[in-house]
Amino acid sequence: MNKILFGRYVPGNSFIHKMDPRAKLVLSLLYIIAVFMSNSWLAYGTSFLIAIIIIGSSSIAPKFFWDGVKPLIGVILLTMIIQVFFGVGGQVYWHWGILSITSNGLLNAIYIAIRFILIILVSTVLTLSTSPLEISGAIESLFMPLKKLHFPVYEMALMLSIALRFVPTLIDETEKILNAQRSRGANFSSGSIMTRLKKLVSILIPLFESAFSRAEELATAMEARGYQGGEGRSKYRVLNYTKNDILGTIFMIIATMSVLLLRNWS
Amino acid sequence: MAITFKSVDFIYQAHTPFENLSLKDINLTIPDGSYTAIIGHTGSGKSTLIQHVNGLLKPTTGEVVVDDQTITGTTKNKELVHLRQHVGIVFQFPESQLFAESVIEDVKFGPINFGVTNEEAQKRAESALQKVKMPQEFWDKSPFELSGGQMRRVAIAGILATNPKILILDEPTAGLDPQGRREMMELFAELHQKEKLTILLVTHQMDDVANFADNVIVMDRGSVAKIGTPTEVFSDTEWLINHQLGLPSAANFAQKLISHGVQFKKIPLDMGELVDQIINLEGKGNRHE
Amino acid sequence: MDNIINVKNLTYKYANGGEKKALDNVSLSIKRGTWTSIVGHNGSGKSTLARSIDGLMTFSDGAITVDGITLSDDTVWDIRKRIGMIFQNPDNQFVGATVEDDVAFGLENLGVETAQMHSIVADVLEKVRMTDFKERQPDQLSGGQKQRVAIAGVLASKPKIIILDEATSMLDPQGRHEIIELINEIHRENNLTVLSITHDVSEAMLSDHVVVINDGKVVETGAPKDVFKDNEMLKITGLEQPFSAQLFDDLKQKGVFLPEELKMNEKGLEEWLWQSLLKA
Repeated sequence: MNKILFGRYVPGNSFIHKMDPRAKLVLSLLYIIAVFMSNSWLAYGTSFLIAIIIIGSSSIAPKFFWDGVKPLIGVILLTMIIQVFFGVGGQVYWHWGILSITSNGLLNAIYIAIRFILIILVSTVLTLSTSPLEISGAIESLFMPLKKLHFPVYEMALMLSIALRFVPTLIDETEKILNAQRSRGANFSSGSIMTRLKKLVSILIPLFESAFSRAEELATAMEARGYQGGEGRSKYRVLNYTKNDILGTIFMIIATMSVLLLRNWS
Repeated sequence: MAITFKSVDFIYQAHTPFENLSLKDINLTIPDGSYTAIIGHTGSGKSTLIQHVNGLLKPTTGEVVVDDQTITGTTKNKELVHLRQHVGIVFQFPESQLFAESVIEDVKFGPINFGVTNEEAQKRAESALQKVKMPQEFWDKSPFELSGGQMRRVAIAGILATNPKILILDEPTAGLDPQGRREMMELFAELHQKEKLTILLVTHQMDDVANFADNVIVMDRGSVAKIGTPTEVFSDTEWLINHQLGLPSAANFAQKLISHGVQFKKIPLDMGELVDQIINLEGKGNRHE
Repeated sequence: MDNIINVKNLTYKYANGGEKKALDNVSLSIKRGTWTSIVGHNGSGKSTLARSIDGLMTFSDGAITVDGITLSDDTVWDIRKRIGMIFQNPDNQFVGATVEDDVAFGLENLGVETAQMHSIVADVLEKVRMTDFKERQPDQLSGGQKQRVAIAGVLASKPKIIILDEATSMLDPQGRHEIIELINEIHRENNLTVLSITHDVSEAMLSDHVVVINDGKVVETGAPKDVFKDNEMLKITGLEQPFSAQLFDDLKQKGVFLPEELKMNEKGLEEWLWQSLLKA
């Protein structure tokens, strides 16, 4: 239960921690695009260097990054294998039916693995150094232009933040109901799929019931505290774009530009 | 069924640095047929302790013995099915475990899980609902149409229908009004006397401890701080007050008289004892005059 | 002293319940600056009454006036500004992701400026002694701590009335004690009107005024020591006798002489008993 990635925020005081979450979100996206467009060793080398610099300035223990990559190793390997056997072009080393191993296929497989790992590393920095609250604040701020199209940006941000706030509560609740039904002899790890599904009902119904009654009470409490929708609300947390962020942004723009320039360099 | 903890340590895989629910070197025996109250602050390890009795949690080191079944850190869940039939746990706010379409179906859930035939389950469910004094007209209703107090009775019937020998109650009266609380506690006393159930009651209500329990375990920061009869445990008034655990109201009042110099033979635990001792003291005085 | 709350002939029918009424022609008035307890068993209608005053339930008949404003669809938000509510379940009223965000929620709704909001939040957290916890998430707090945060949230918007809707019933004795102390402190310092919905007689004994509700009707009102003297009423409404009254009745029955006024005065009973026992 505690392996959930949500809220796996590691508090800290590093350069990256202190950056504006909007900057972090946008720059991470920029980096991911650059990595996707890379097509040469030099470009990958540069991207790798950038990732190391980012990780270094986040002061987060390497163990966390390994934890981020570990669960996805299977997917990376599978994608690599597909590339190796189905990739075409270049020198052919081995051939059987539609399967073949070619120099291009091998190269692509390695590129893909590198891409995956770089993207995981950088997005891990983002989630580890930014609290869910900051992420929802950043999304709200970035989506603000949509307000003109009558998109309910405030409401969406509040919804997101309430959802995040209730994740631990609902995990606790699930564990409690699970224990209660286990004590009544329910065994969730044996029996056919049908009987297991049936037993799942004994967890899901109480969970929904409790979620609905929580929602109702929360709505009443919000109303009592004067919530009338997003209009006219002020904000307790205001995002500030500081000198730090300008520095980070300039660095990332130069860095990703160089990756893009080097992308076909061989 | 007696329950024995032998050098039990439990380390909780905490999600956050703030959680601290571990047990440290627990050694205790709960005799068969006793009514044992477990008291202590929120977070002192009471809930962790009771979840070891039916193997929902397993000791990190040491062992828990219930009747002839030994639970250690390596005991497989399969081996616990037999045990769970005999240990019923009523969790806090048990009404949150109700799920079936009707009251009676919900109560049958337990017995059917333990492999009882449908007829037998029906019989047990009916008898359990009678024990919790749930009128028959409610049996076919949806549990979600009932009042909070009624839902709790149905949830308790759902545990009783599994025919436990040990009944564990985790703050069973939380959120009930005075009358509901009284009726609930009377129900458990009746089950203890008539059905000879061994009862473990986790509670903050010292009056309930004084009125119903014959054995008290005091938990403090994951360890057993005290164990004994209510009179033994509540005699150490200073320790209890220092640990902000409180006293039964009769003992609390007597304590105030004691602080003015009045001498009680032993600390009175309930209103009856308090009144008797006061009368006794007055009587003695009158004879002196 | 004027009446800050006036409830007149309030009737509330359940949406599906046919003839059964949750509130049946209830009238009461609450004096400004007092602490009033509304007591009754679960399902007696006491919560419905509290929620109606804050405009959280639409009643069928009657009128409510709060601080001179008559409750209607147009005035409901004005009235809510004057009332702070604390509910029973500490978890289900915690809106913010952290303590400080939750305290700020009501201020954000009022459109208070950011800098001012930060100073108010710091202030009220100090008042409820939760400053050290301001960055904590709700799952890292005890029930009592969450209720303190809720109180801070209410104080932040400076209401004239605080309504406690069974705010202590899910807490352990220590948490309950802390919350009652805190409310007492706030009540005294800010001249707030407190309306507490409870079924705990010992809690109600601390208030200035008690309203007993049973089956949707007001059964008795008055000072707690007068109201809870009535054994017959307590029996009918399923409430508990205060400790001093129990002891008084039991001793009296065994022939011990006690002055009548000690029945509702635990401290006085204590004094009388130790003195007479030591003399004896």
